[in-house]
Amino acid sequence: MRGASQAKWVVAAVAVALAATACGSGGSSSSSSDSAVNAQGVFSYQSAEPQNPLQPANAMENQGGRIIKQLFKGLVDYDPANGKLRNQVAEKIETTDAKNYTVTLKAGWTFHDGTPVNAQSFVDSWNWSANTKNGQINSDWFSDIAGYDAVHPEKGDPTADKMSGLKVVDDTHFTIELTGPVSYFQYKLGYTAFSPLPKAFFTDPAKYGQSPIGNGPYKFVSWEHNKAITVAAYDKYAGVDKAKNGGIVFKNYTQPEAAYKDLVSDNLDVLDQVDPSDLASYKNDLGDRAVDQAQGAIQNISFALYQGDWKGQDKAKVRQGLSMAIDRDTITKTVLNGSRQPADSWVAPGAMGYKAGTCGEFCKFDPAKAKQLITEGGGVPGNKITIVYNSDGGHKEWVDAVCNSIRQSTGVECLGDPKPDFKTSRDLIKKKQVSSMMRTGWVQDYPLNANFLRDVYGSGAAANDAGYSSPEFDKFAAEADKATTVEKTAELYQQAEAQLAKDMPAIPLWYYKTTSGYSNNVQNVKFDSFGDPVFSQVEVKQK
Amino acid sequence: MGRYVARRLLQMIPVFLGTVTLIFFMVHVLPGDPVAAMWGDKAVDPAQLAAFKHARGLDQPLFQQYLDYMGKLLTGDFGVAMDGRKVSDKIAAAMPVTIRLALLAFAIELVLGVTIGLFAGLRRGKAFDKSTLVLTLLLISIPVPVLGFIFQNIFATQLKWVTPTVQDSMNMGQLVLPAIVLGSLSLAYVARLTRTSIAENIKADYMRTAVAKGLPKRRVIGTHLLRNSMIPVVTFLGTDLGALMGGAIVTEGIFNVKGVGFELYHAINLKEGATVSGFVVVLVLVYLAASLIVDLLYAVLDPRIRYA
Repeated sequence: MRGASQAKWVVAAVAVALAATACGSGGSSSSSSDSAVNAQGVFSYQSAEPQNPLQPANAMENQGGRIIKQLFKGLVDYDPANGKLRNQVAEKIETTDAKNYTVTLKAGWTFHDGTPVNAQSFVDSWNWSANTKNGQINSDWFSDIAGYDAVHPEKGDPTADKMSGLKVVDDTHFTIELTGPVSYFQYKLGYTAFSPLPKAFFTDPAKYGQSPIGNGPYKFVSWEHNKAITVAAYDKYAGVDKAKNGGIVFKNYTQPEAAYKDLVSDNLDVLDQVDPSDLASYKNDLGDRAVDQAQGAIQNISFALYQGDWKGQDKAKVRQGLSMAIDRDTITKTVLNGSRQPADSWVAPGAMGYKAGTCGEFCKFDPAKAKQLITEGGGVPGNKITIVYNSDGGHKEWVDAVCNSIRQSTGVECLGDPKPDFKTSRDLIKKKQVSSMMRTGWVQDYPLNANFLRDVYGSGAAANDAGYSSPEFDKFAAEADKATTVEKTAELYQQAEAQLAKDMPAIPLWYYKTTSGYSNNVQNVKFDSFGDPVFSQVEVKQK
Repeated sequence: MGRYVARRLLQMIPVFLGTVTLIFFMVHVLPGDPVAAMWGDKAVDPAQLAAFKHARGLDQPLFQQYLDYMGKLLTGDFGVAMDGRKVSDKIAAAMPVTIRLALLAFAIELVLGVTIGLFAGLRRGKAFDKSTLVLTLLLISIPVPVLGFIFQNIFATQLKWVTPTVQDSMNMGQLVLPAIVLGSLSLAYVARLTRTSIAENIKADYMRTAVAKGLPKRRVIGTHLLRNSMIPVVTFLGTDLGALMGGAIVTEGIFNVKGVGFELYHAINLKEGATVSGFVVVLVLVYLAASLIVDLLYAVLDPRIRYA
């Protein structure tokens, strides 16, 4: 009796399973490449759950950041074609001394709830975001502005809720006073933290963070946690980059391999990055839909200059020698499957002020010269180095390859020193407990060489993991910061960069690349130097 | 029986409290600072870091944090994750998905496993039995990720019956393939356990009696043989339901299913004590409930087993 009824169940279950799986296949037929464009078409993008609520000053990581960039538009942004600064909400930003700025806004900009974007929207937003007690992860972006100390003291509670350096003149004008001259302040203004906020925000920031109202080319539609965030084109958008599609679905993936499989089968339209295991074949799989271009990010290995062994000018030769012992060309081609581009400077290409070859011969592979320099510099302490890295980020392979290269060309013993995860390695690096070398990287905040130099190699700079301190570098940097044009700033920073070649506090290894692709459903997919697709320009094909 | 159930339910309390305590401290002794990690590669803003820690009570001594957490937990408050969402909301969103996946896998392994095991056990030494042993051995030795990728490749990329990943985590039809992958390992064990048990019991005295009484074959096998042979299988299935719920991390990753495995993986990565503890608490409850049901089923299956 029981046996028979079970047998029936098996048959039924198998039948249901087969029927269900067969139904699950939504066959999407691909059309030819010149098909007509559907301006209302929506496309999907590989994403992951943002770490924080969606507020402009609260998105430091990529996932939330790129969504915020579609929902909000600040005074300026960077032209995706060439990385140059262009005005958006700002009509003009004027200064004579790089310290006092007058901002004039364009008329006609509105938030997605219909309220106008005015000077107050910016000033209120910045004051709120800079305040320690509002817990915005990007709050220190406002540290250039006079009065920042009052809303964001080093210790204890804020003593004010407004920065003295911000003054609203009228609806379309406001002034910014900085604590000192910062010639490239306008470049910083393109960062999402400087976006305006509507009045509705301040009544309930927590609720707003789950359903933001911005002023960007796309308006927020829905956030299904862990599944997808959907945005739709905003028809009253006043910026220069109006959306050419109907909207975007930021679709969550846990595994990049899963996203890649969905892309190849046209169930996903634009990929973030090709996973390492598919790098070797993705150009074959996707043909002319494969993307391979430079990104504004660099991978370095830095020296723990705070350790006695590495102090002193004479050791610079040893550091240069070690740099020359690394065969960047071969490692990027084989171990990294061509997903990186060998570096010849400390600034990634695409950033304004990038100068090819600043690193000079020291970034060229030359075992003989490497050995000679190391000997001249008195040799590597203990004839052994270790490279601290986090083993959760796919770095093991190249660290081992770099070590091999150093060992073979110079005879210096070199070992990778893996830490279980990113947090553990960062903890060690921040506490300055690295014994000889560590993996460091820099992803641009804005495409200007100052961002790669001042914030990483300036004395006491927050991201100066090496503990590098050079009076010459600081002098050039300070001069550059006082310049009144961005062009002049970029030029002066190139002189500061030249100092890095002399001191070699960090070995530049390679620049990151955007290795990605798109489906048969979309066209005109281009990527900017941040590694993000130019979302508003993507065209969805007519079906 | 009633007293037994009450005693078992009371026993759950210390087990539950002990597990939560262990998990809480284990998550907190992991190296790394979850708040500092929010800045990634960038430099940490010390003033903001201090403010974050204060707002989340992370500047308190660990024992104080533990007391606060337990106090809230006993009132049903699972706390707030680093991203500002309530842990209970996360559990409510992820659990239905994984319960669907686990039950589907459970149904597949139960129905297929017992049937295959039954027929193999009845025909011991015959061709069907031998091929079952070989096939189940094969299933046991293939790691789940490999099986997942093979199935994904065959059924999605080659045959195009399904999409490579699950497009809607709540859709039972789309969950069938991941459920087969998830349940395949246990299916093999269930089949083998059933087979051995059947093969052994078929020689038992009560079987001879049943046959001698002239009962129809269907009744001999169904009521006498199968029922008595199910005890080891039920024990395995009971603990396996808990394992399916928590162990779906790999399968959920391959098929992009947004369930418990996905949340746990992220929470452990971000070292989010509250989220990890919250999910583990629920999984512990599932385990406890499943093992209670197993123990009660013993009495149903074999009347000789009684609980006073």
